[in-house]
Amino acid sequence: MASGGCALIRFALRRLLQAVPILVGIVTLIFLLLHLAPGDAATAYFNPNVSPEIIDRMRENLGLDRPIHEQYFRWLRAFFTGDFGYSFGQHRPVSAVLADALPNTLVLSGVSLVLIFVVGCAVGAVQAVRQYSKLDNVLTFTSLFVYSMPGFWLGLMLILAFSSPALPDALRLPISGVTSIGYEFMGPLGKLLDRARHLVLPSVALGIASAAGVARYMRGSMLEVIGQDYIRTARAKGLPERQVILKHALRNALVPIVSLLGLYVPLLFGGSVVIEVVFSWPGMGRALYNAILGRDYPVVMAASFFFGVLVLAANLVVDLLYAAVDPRIRRA
Amino acid sequence: MTGEPLLEVRSLRTYFATEQGDARAVDGVSFEVREGETLALVGESGCGKSVTALSILGLVPEPPGRVLPGSSVRLRGEELVGASETRLREIRGGEIGMIFQEPMTSLNPVFTVGNQVSEAIREHQSFARRPGESRSAAIRRTTIEWLGRVGISEPELRHGYYPHQLSGGMRQRVMIAMALSARPAVLIADEPTTALDVTVQAQILRLLASLQEELGTAILLITHDLGVVAQTADRVLVMYGGQIVEEAPVAPLFREPRHPYTEGLLHAVPDLYRRRARLAEIPGSVPHAAAWPEGCRFRPRCPYAWERCFEPPPLVAGSAEGPARQDRCWLEEEPKRRAGAGFGVAVRPAGSP
Repeated sequence: MASGGCALIRFALRRLLQAVPILVGIVTLIFLLLHLAPGDAATAYFNPNVSPEIIDRMRENLGLDRPIHEQYFRWLRAFFTGDFGYSFGQHRPVSAVLADALPNTLVLSGVSLVLIFVVGCAVGAVQAVRQYSKLDNVLTFTSLFVYSMPGFWLGLMLILAFSSPALPDALRLPISGVTSIGYEFMGPLGKLLDRARHLVLPSVALGIASAAGVARYMRGSMLEVIGQDYIRTARAKGLPERQVILKHALRNALVPIVSLLGLYVPLLFGGSVVIEVVFSWPGMGRALYNAILGRDYPVVMAASFFFGVLVLAANLVVDLLYAAVDPRIRRA
Repeated sequence: MTGEPLLEVRSLRTYFATEQGDARAVDGVSFEVREGETLALVGESGCGKSVTALSILGLVPEPPGRVLPGSSVRLRGEELVGASETRLREIRGGEIGMIFQEPMTSLNPVFTVGNQVSEAIREHQSFARRPGESRSAAIRRTTIEWLGRVGISEPELRHGYYPHQLSGGMRQRVMIAMALSARPAVLIADEPTTALDVTVQAQILRLLASLQEELGTAILLITHDLGVVAQTADRVLVMYGGQIVEEAPVAPLFREPRHPYTEGLLHAVPDLYRRRARLAEIPGSVPHAAAWPEGCRFRPRCPYAWERCFEPPPLVAGSAEGPARQDRCWLEEEPKRRAGAGFGVAVRPAGSP
């Protein structure tokens, strides 16, 4: 096991180094995309009352009259030193905008991710163990149904259902924001509970379709594993069926599921743009959405960059998990 | 070498539901394994050997499989068919160990071999704590002892190895350690050497023989390899079409096979001393278990077959040798028909000496 741990660290370092060129690529792509789009930052101030001279001066001030490669390198240096510029829309530094939004997005997508994999794997595993039972059929139908629902629509339906005055107070759930009014006056436990209640609907809306997808995969993966020779060996050893399934089958069935994680994380961030708007969740997705509408380019660039970083980080974690789950990967 | 009946299988029938109807994989098999002996169960693929083994341990996947009422498997007189799952779990790996054909796929790829062997030891409490030793330390020590005992060098190091880091022969040794760690009375070895190359095969067979001597385990050896049978078995059961067609001690069986199927199997083995123009094979292949032929199941492939074979022949004791030998063939009643037919005759090309 000691040598295994060491190999895992080396594996992680190599993957980390491989991420650097990809990061540079992402930054370059964002830069080029914004320069390909018509107009520039100065056009945000287009106004019949502003004379062309002033706009030219503004371009000069912002460095937009320089050759493109010079702009690129200046921008790159600024970016990697953590200077993301100034938000025209919110009139404060982009770093401040992101510092507010990033934690909210991380909490929401983190909870969703846990929901996706815990619920997805549990449902899929139960279905596989009870293959062709009534429960299996019901769950297959349900997951297909849920999988087919668009997240924003499901979000709206959840809002309708859980804010309905017909519901008793105890069952009603908050439908917008991160905290309730009067949050400042709650005790520590009350604060935690309040945040948790606010998380329920957005994380369900964001994650449930993916959870249904994972369940479908997990069912297939688990069924394949249950048919393997080593499961028969485990039974022939006299192990209780619970141990055969929870130890021998589950761990092997999870190997292909872990790689799904890498596919679902970008989907999750894409989905968070819509879901954060629907639930007024003050995260990166909503910040990006508002910035695009308001042509707040510095925020668009920085938010896209951070989504890119998050996806990269998630893939790194996936690779590490993959190696942790399957010892055969570690050698490669 | 042989003693009291330890494991008695009586009229075992295991069917599988298929689209063509019930596949009668095992159809009325009776035999017994005696203390300390090696009993070989021989036959082609698809004749019900492995299903017999899985039925003994109650491991037939259900559905589609089922062991029919009236079947009986007794271990020291205790009925196992219909026994509680708890009792069966004690027996699996405890009183009856089992090793499988494919050491590549029979070990779980994501756990270390030490972990997998120790599971069996923990489950069946087959370890003894030394004074001051913790439970887990005792299990670990016992596991390492067993790995050493089955001939794995540096067992302490290999304990932390994953199956993919070991060769096929080493993996089969791990399987043997796992199956024998609870010192079972019976070891069922389902084609234990089929997937291994010949030198490793010999090593594994020697290892099984020496552990058998040391522990007094009876072995039910399932194989299609008559060479392995000749080397290791005391008695032989020949299976065809889900039934036992011949039972005999090993030497007489090789010297004088009575059932035409056994004869065919022996003819299909290359012989260094008797040169033949070509190796005689048994024509055709094993029919599907949902559609055994009417009467004698070997009839369509049998060079002796005549009208009487449309009636199912009974399993009867051979005339001279007494109850130790039995076979299921009408030739026992009409021995004259043996002359002038047979496998060598049927396939020898015209013109060869």
